[in-house]
Amino acid sequence: MWNGDYLFLIRNLVEKDFKVRYRNMSLGVLWSLLNPLIMMAVLTFIFTKILAQRDRNFPLAVLCGLVPFNFFTVAWVTGTTSLLENTSLIKRVPVPRQVFPIASVLSNCLHLLIQIALLLGIILVFGRGINIHWLWLPVIWGLEILFVMGLTLTFSSINVYVRDTRYVVESANTVLFWLVPIFYSFAVIPVRFRGLYQINPVAALVLMMRNVLIEGHAPLGSTLIRLAAGSVIMFGIGLAVFAKLKDGFYSRL
Amino acid sequence: MPLIEFQNVSKWFPHSTGRQLLRTHIARWFGRVHHEPFYALRDVSFRVEEGETLGIVGSNGAGKSTLLSLAAGLTRPDHGAVRVNGRVAPLLELGAGFHPDLTGAENLVLNAALLGLSKRKTNELFDSIVEFSGIGEFIDDPLRTYSSGMVMRLAFSVAIQCEPAILLIDEILAVGDASFQEKSKAALVSFCRAGKSMLFVSHSPGAVREMCDRALWLDHGSVMMDGDVEAVLEAYEGRAVMKHRT
Repeated sequence: MWNGDYLFLIRNLVEKDFKVRYRNMSLGVLWSLLNPLIMMAVLTFIFTKILAQRDRNFPLAVLCGLVPFNFFTVAWVTGTTSLLENTSLIKRVPVPRQVFPIASVLSNCLHLLIQIALLLGIILVFGRGINIHWLWLPVIWGLEILFVMGLTLTFSSINVYVRDTRYVVESANTVLFWLVPIFYSFAVIPVRFRGLYQINPVAALVLMMRNVLIEGHAPLGSTLIRLAAGSVIMFGIGLAVFAKLKDGFYSRL
Repeated sequence: MPLIEFQNVSKWFPHSTGRQLLRTHIARWFGRVHHEPFYALRDVSFRVEEGETLGIVGSNGAGKSTLLSLAAGLTRPDHGAVRVNGRVAPLLELGAGFHPDLTGAENLVLNAALLGLSKRKTNELFDSIVEFSGIGEFIDDPLRTYSSGMVMRLAFSVAIQCEPAILLIDEILAVGDASFQEKSKAALVSFCRAGKSMLFVSHSPGAVREMCDRALWLDHGSVMMDGDVEAVLEAYEGRAVMKHRT
């Protein structure tokens, strides 16, 4: 039985991902910043010049939507394929298999940090000061990361058995782009559809980001509790599904 | 206390595990795909005591690699029990867990972490691993610039220097130049003198004779013979010659 240093192992796997990715890019970390900036510029152009929107905060609201959405989808997709990408390790080294999806999510967190720094920088440039409610941000993000880990543990193990899973996840993300209020606000959602957004963890995250960063007040307690409960339950489901399926990995990879 | 114990171990694989696609699963639910399982190991029992080196011989497909995977804890037996006491360092494939874009030093640390070492222990052992591997100044070059002999030397050095209780070696010693082979053989001998054990899989009876005091002969997943290395190799080679003549 493997009985080693989990933290050291996960740290090394994350560092490996990061080094391998950025050594093969001439612009390095800049790519992480460029993608959301371009999206923000395009969406702002469409919605302020083509479809007239008068809101001065529109670019900020878009970025508050894009950063969580980007993290969520990229972490979910790369996490889903993380076991397949580490086939050679899984078949040759007896480390606990859970470390691969978890390290994959954590290495995406490094990109997330870069993008959050960009978001906060732009918030300051737009003249929104720092307020005490910023202290909620780490809590909100921590819950989101826990949620994505649960999701990733579940889908990465299913993906070993059914390789089509990856495409299902990619399609789900396309749908999610429209179901998360990225370029529209919660206020415009008709009341009868709000229930749909209440149970969507990414939408909750976007809402809370806008609460804190643009409106300058604390997130709603009920939303926060719902996200916390959802994240813990999702993580639990992930661990359970993974434990159930992991014995079959060796013969199926 | 034996370091490794196999008790009536059987392991089978379903015949068609190649493609894990939705349509394969649907076909299976409707009963259109039906295959007898393929037995990789059948009712295998043996023990390896402290300080013992067990060589495993057998032709292709005899179940040698499956046996090592079970001992490494990579997969579980379908029947019977596998007990392993102590940290295992598997050397099952040349450079498994190494990444070509990382430097030798980065791969060394990653590999140590995969084997279960802590950060402090890795730092402590770093110099002696580099020293043993003989890679010298190339340690900071990316691994893709290494020859396969250098990769093997690095992998072997990490495995032997990280002080495992059990080493699992699959055919790997054949790589590397003569002087490194001498050095690694000496390291393995002192490893066994320290009361640790080793499972050694090889096609070459010569290497097994040199390294092991006991041998196990596998054929089609079953144990044909288990005992003194000379007697087992003689029977195994005799059988191979007979097959060749007919």
